[in-house]
Amino acid sequence: MLAAKAATSVAADMPVPGSTAEIVAFRPPLRPAAERIAAAARHAVSVVLPPLIVLSITLFVWQLLCSEPGARLPPPTKVVSDAWDFIVHPFYDNGGIDKGAFWQISKSLGRVGIGFSLAAVVGIALGVLVGQSTWAMRGLDPIFQVLRTVPPLAWLPLSLAGFRHSDPSALFVIFITSIWPIIINTSVGVRNIPQDYRNVAAVIRLSWWEVFWKITLPATVPYIFTGLRIGVGLSWLAIVAAEMLIGGVGIGFFIWDAWNSSRISDIIVALVYIGIVGFLLDKLIATVGHFVSHGVSAQ
Amino acid sequence: MNQPYLKFEQVGMSFRRGQMATEVLRDVNLRIDQGEFVSMIGHSGCGKSTLLNILGGLLQSTVGEVFLEGKVVDEPGPDRAIVFQNHSLLPWLTVYGNIAIAVDKVFGSRKTKAERHDWVMQNLELVQMAQAKDKRPHEVSGGMKQRVGIARALAMQPKVLLMDEPFGALDALTRAHLQDSVMEIHARLGNTVLMITHDVDEAVLLSDRVVMMTNGPAATIGEILAIELPRPRRRLELATDPEYARCRAAVLEFLYSRHRIPARAAA
Repeated sequence: MLAAKAATSVAADMPVPGSTAEIVAFRPPLRPAAERIAAAARHAVSVVLPPLIVLSITLFVWQLLCSEPGARLPPPTKVVSDAWDFIVHPFYDNGGIDKGAFWQISKSLGRVGIGFSLAAVVGIALGVLVGQSTWAMRGLDPIFQVLRTVPPLAWLPLSLAGFRHSDPSALFVIFITSIWPIIINTSVGVRNIPQDYRNVAAVIRLSWWEVFWKITLPATVPYIFTGLRIGVGLSWLAIVAAEMLIGGVGIGFFIWDAWNSSRISDIIVALVYIGIVGFLLDKLIATVGHFVSHGVSAQ
Repeated sequence: MNQPYLKFEQVGMSFRRGQMATEVLRDVNLRIDQGEFVSMIGHSGCGKSTLLNILGGLLQSTVGEVFLEGKVVDEPGPDRAIVFQNHSLLPWLTVYGNIAIAVDKVFGSRKTKAERHDWVMQNLELVQMAQAKDKRPHEVSGGMKQRVGIARALAMQPKVLLMDEPFGALDALTRAHLQDSVMEIHARLGNTVLMITHDVDEAVLLSDRVVMMTNGPAATIGEILAIELPRPRRRLELATDPEYARCRAAVLEFLYSRHRIPARAAA
C-alpha cells in the first residue's frame, strides 16, 4: 500500500511529458527507495506494536482489578492523578530530602557511577591477574566464588561499621556487588585468548606491557563488557535497596519515605523510573562495548 | 659454502605428559641454502608442524639445535616470521593495522613513521590487498585473510619465511591463486622459505626441494627430492611435463607406498 502510494505520487510529480513509457523508465530507481521506506515502516510496526498491545492490556486489567472501592492498590488513572505533581515537576527542590524525581535519580546514579567505576577498574585488573596467573587463580578463585554469593545488603552493616558514614558505605555496597561478574568474565576472557594471538606476539617480540595493551586487553574486551553489563545491572539493584537503609536523597530512600507517608502512587511512578533507568544503563554499556570492540561483541 | 644458511642438527623432540613420553621427532638433519624454497610433506602427526615450530622458536627441541646463519635458534623472532594456517589476524585491527603492529615493532627504531607507512603499503600491494586496507579481518574472504597473513610475515623481512600449511583451509581455486602469488613473490624477493604442506602438487609446484617425513612416532626425514623444473613455473604447462610427473610420482610413491598409514608404522 505505502509503497504503491509513494511510487505513484513521486511519478506524478515528475515532469513527464506525455507518454506512459517514460514513467516505466523512471520507476526502477524509485521503487527500491519507496520499498525501503515501506519495509522500515513495517519493521517498526512489528517491533513497536506487540509491546504496546501487551502494555495496554496490562494497564486495562490493572485498571479493572483496582477500580473497586476498597482496592488496596490504586489503578493507573489514580496513580497518574495522585502523583501528577511528582511526574510533571521532576526538578523541584524544597531543600532537605524533598526533591524532584530528577534529583533523586541523579543522586542514585552518581553513587552507582562512582562505585561501579571503581569496581570496573579493580575488577578488570583482578580479572587479568586471575586470568594470566595460574597461582593467582588457584588462590583467589575459591574466595571469589564464595564471596560473590553474599547478597549486597549483607555487606551494608559491615561497611557501616568500617566507614562510619552512610555515603561511603553505599558506594562500597555497589562496588562489592558489581565487581564479581567483572572479575569472573575478565578472567575467563584472558584465559580464552587464542594461542595464535600469543604466537603472533611472540614472533614480533612484543614486550609484556605491549602484549597486555595490544593483545590481552583488546582480545578480552567482549568478555569485559559482558561482565560490565551484568555488573551495572546488579549495582542498580543494590543501590535502591541500600538507599532504603541509609536514608538521605536517592530514589531508594524516596520509595521508603513514600511508603512511610502512604504515597503509594509515588512509589509506582518511582518503580517505573527505576526500571527505565536500569534498562538505559544496560543499553549504554552494551553500546559502548559495541563501539570499543569494533562490533565484535554482540549488542 | 661450508657454512649453511639454515641448519637442523640432530634435532629431536619428545613431549612428556605425566608418565607418558612421546618421541615425536628423532635425528632430524637438514641444510637449507639462502633463497631456497623447501617444502616439508608427510602424513598428519608426523611432526612436521613441530619441526616448523622449533625453527620458529615457539617450541624448544629436546635434543639437537637449529642454526640460522651460524646462530642457535632458541626463541621466536621476526627473522623467522610465520604464516599460520588459520591466518591468525587480530580481529580488532584493520588489515593495515595487522601489518602495522608488526612493522612498528620490528622497524620502530630504524624507520621513520612515514617510511613504516610506505613499507606497510608496499607489502599490502605485494599481495594485492592495498584496496582493502581499512577492512577488518571478518569483512574479507579466507583467501584475502591469508594474503594479509603472508604480507604481515613478509613485512618483517624475515631471513626465513615459515609457512605452516598456509593454504590448507582454502578452497582449491583460491589456493591455486595464492600459490601463484607466492611463486611470484618468491621470484621477486628471493626469500628463503620453509613450507609445511600435505598437498603433493603444491609441494612439487612451489619447491626447489621436497623434504619427505617418515611416520611418527620418532619421525625423521625419509627422503629429499630435488625438483629441477625451470622457473617461472606455470601450472598449465607443468600438467603435461614429464619431469613434473616424475617428481609427483616419486612423492606419491613415498607417501602412499613406502610410508602408508601412520598406525601401521607404529604397530
